[in-house]
Amino acid sequence: MKIAVCVSHVPDTAAKINIGSDSKNIDQNGVTFVVNPYDEYAIEEALKTKEKFGGETVAISLGGDANKETLRKALAMGIDNAVLLKDSGFRDSLSVAKALAEEIKTQGAELVFFGKQSVDYDSSIVGQLTAELLGYNCISVVISFSLDGNKITCEREIEGGKEIVETALPALITAQKGLNEPRYASLKGIMAAKKKEIIEKQPVAAQNYIEIISMKKTESKQAGKIVGTDSSAVPELVRLLREEAKVI
Amino acid sequence: MANKILVFIEQRNGQIKKSSTEAARAAADICSKLGGYIEAVSVGNEITGLETIGGYGVSKVTHLKNHELANYSSSAYSEVLTRFVIENNFNLLFFSNTSMGKDLAPRIAAKIDAGIAMDCVALKVEETEITATRPVYAGKALIDLKINSLKKIFVLRPNIFNPGIPSDSKAEVTVNNIETVNLNVKVTDVKKSDGKFDVAEADIIVSGGRGMKGPEHFHLLEELAQELGAAVGASRAAVDAGWRPHGEQVGQTGKTVSPTLYFALGISGAIQHLAGMRSSKYIVAINKDKDAPIFQVADYGIVGDIFEVLPVLIKEIKKIKS
Ligand SMILES: Cc1cc2nc3c(=O)[nH]c(=O)nc-3n(C[C@H](O)[C@H](O)[C@H](O)COP(=O)(O)OP(=O)(O)OC[C@H]3O[C@@H](n4cnc5c(N)ncnc54)[C@H](O)[C@@H]3O)c2cc1C
Ligand SMILES: Nc1ncnc2c1ncn2[C@@H]1O[C@H](COP(=O)(O)O)[C@@H](O)[C@H]1O
Repeated sequence: MKIAVCVSHVPDTAAKINIGSDSKNIDQNGVTFVVNPYDEYAIEEALKTKEKFGGETVAISLGGDANKETLRKALAMGIDNAVLLKDSGFRDSLSVAKALAEEIKTQGAELVFFGKQSVDYDSSIVGQLTAELLGYNCISVVISFSLDGNKITCEREIEGGKEIVETALPALITAQKGLNEPRYASLKGIMAAKKKEIIEKQPVAAQNYIEIISMKKTESKQAGKIVGTDSSAVPELVRLLREEAKVI
Repeated sequence: MANKILVFIEQRNGQIKKSSTEAARAAADICSKLGGYIEAVSVGNEITGLETIGGYGVSKVTHLKNHELANYSSSAYSEVLTRFVIENNFNLLFFSNTSMGKDLAPRIAAKIDAGIAMDCVALKVEETEITATRPVYAGKALIDLKINSLKKIFVLRPNIFNPGIPSDSKAEVTVNNIETVNLNVKVTDVKKSDGKFDVAEADIIVSGGRGMKGPEHFHLLEELAQELGAAVGASRAAVDAGWRPHGEQVGQTGKTVSPTLYFALGISGAIQHLAGMRSSKYIVAINKDKDAPIFQVADYGIVGDIFEVLPVLIKEIKKIKS
């Protein structure tokens, strides 16, 4: 079985963000980029599935040359092959999905893992869009996955609980924290990854439907009132919540 | 071309969600500014209260009905909805950014080739165009965007758009019986978590972090939550330590919440935690470190020991509630 995993390359969530001179993007100077955290769960699940059932794994990323770092990390963790769909311009989610779907089709992958969300634009939809374009079954925000023959059983997180969901291959799964514990790349893995080729391809063109008009920093809320330094401040806090904020 | 607007009314267990009343009101506002026609749609088996959507400015609701649609199924819901959208030529769709909305809306977008904007926190109409605002980079920045395709989908963050006070108007409900349902993806069971309220939906949240020192102290939080009718939340540190279930985690890897009132107790306010709760209307922080970043977003803070402050807070709240 061919298993694909789609990975994005994103600013570290701890990074400070500044707006670029075009007022539409962030200023990338001094920002550390990492593998999208949810995609590590996706990589791990792809590796585990291959270990259990055999097959071949491929990591796919759409973006500029910098994305090779993330693909390298996937290879170091144990993914067999890597494809960079090279495009450094802005693409909205649907346009990314169109390119990924095309490559997944070319690869002939029957099982595909995504992260539930990229921590840059935080849209959490590229997986579902791609699945729909491929006509694959899809379960999103998955915290447990099992495959038995053709049949897939997952738990997915929802408000106030979880759903047990069943489907069949071909399928696309989006990973949520809790699905597994991503492994660390071994030294051997890191060395081997350095020697592997990352295949570069031109992604299919697709129009953007979303146009970013402007980006600005979130205004930090004015730091509020320190009501006091011990429990003697509690009555005043309760009064403020009742009379000023009117929330209790 | 006049706009044909559709708002999706989400139900779980046959009850419609509060976030859907917010979406209905927001869509109705857009309709009155933009001009056009608006109606609502819901998918499920037995659904109560659909007519109440009339109180939020949407006077017609279609119920796509089949007993196999009682539980959410991505394949079934997306198929019946897409058919409804295409047959009736809707070009402007509104959903809520809930578990169901996040899963369902993009599928419709792919099927009808619509541009889609997730997690919108504000909508503005200028002449004939809608501009949406949404947080990106874990809430550190905001973007304004517009959608240029013919068909457009906006997915609205819950608890942000004010549904207003509903009028007495009742919507006309049309039941549309669906004959065949595509259950390629099937929910076989729904397991509820222990807590009474879920953080993603609660109006008040009482969250604890590493400063709570251990699972044995969370009964204090639970007691406060009970007095306030609030949900209990947790930081990742508290969840990773195994003190609280994952479903309670607030933040980037957990849930995004925008309650009216958020208590951060023994939580430092790391950027990934703020990502999940900074859009709360009021934030109260109790932390013994006066330099903890949580105080920079808190409306009211007490710099002090939780174990000293919290029991008094519970007592004071009990006093006003009795
Ligand atoms: C990719 C990624 C995703 C993440 N996602 C999330 C997420 O979704 N949610 C999340 O919360 N975190 C997330 N984190 C982790 C985040 O960076 C922090 O580590 C975490 O939020 C810290 O939790 P905390 O505030 O409970 O603990 P700490 O940072 O240890 O803070 C504990 C606080 O309690 C105070 N305290 C201690 N004792 C007392 C006392 N007796 N009385 C009063 N105050 C006291 C201390 O002063 C301190 O401020 C993520 C991190 C990464 C890298
Ligand atoms: N440029 C990209 N290249 C490869 N995979 C991507 C890309 N963007 C998003 N993804 C995948 O889609 C998931 C959801 O992303 P998003 O919808 O942007 O939040 C991510 O976790 C990745 O698995």
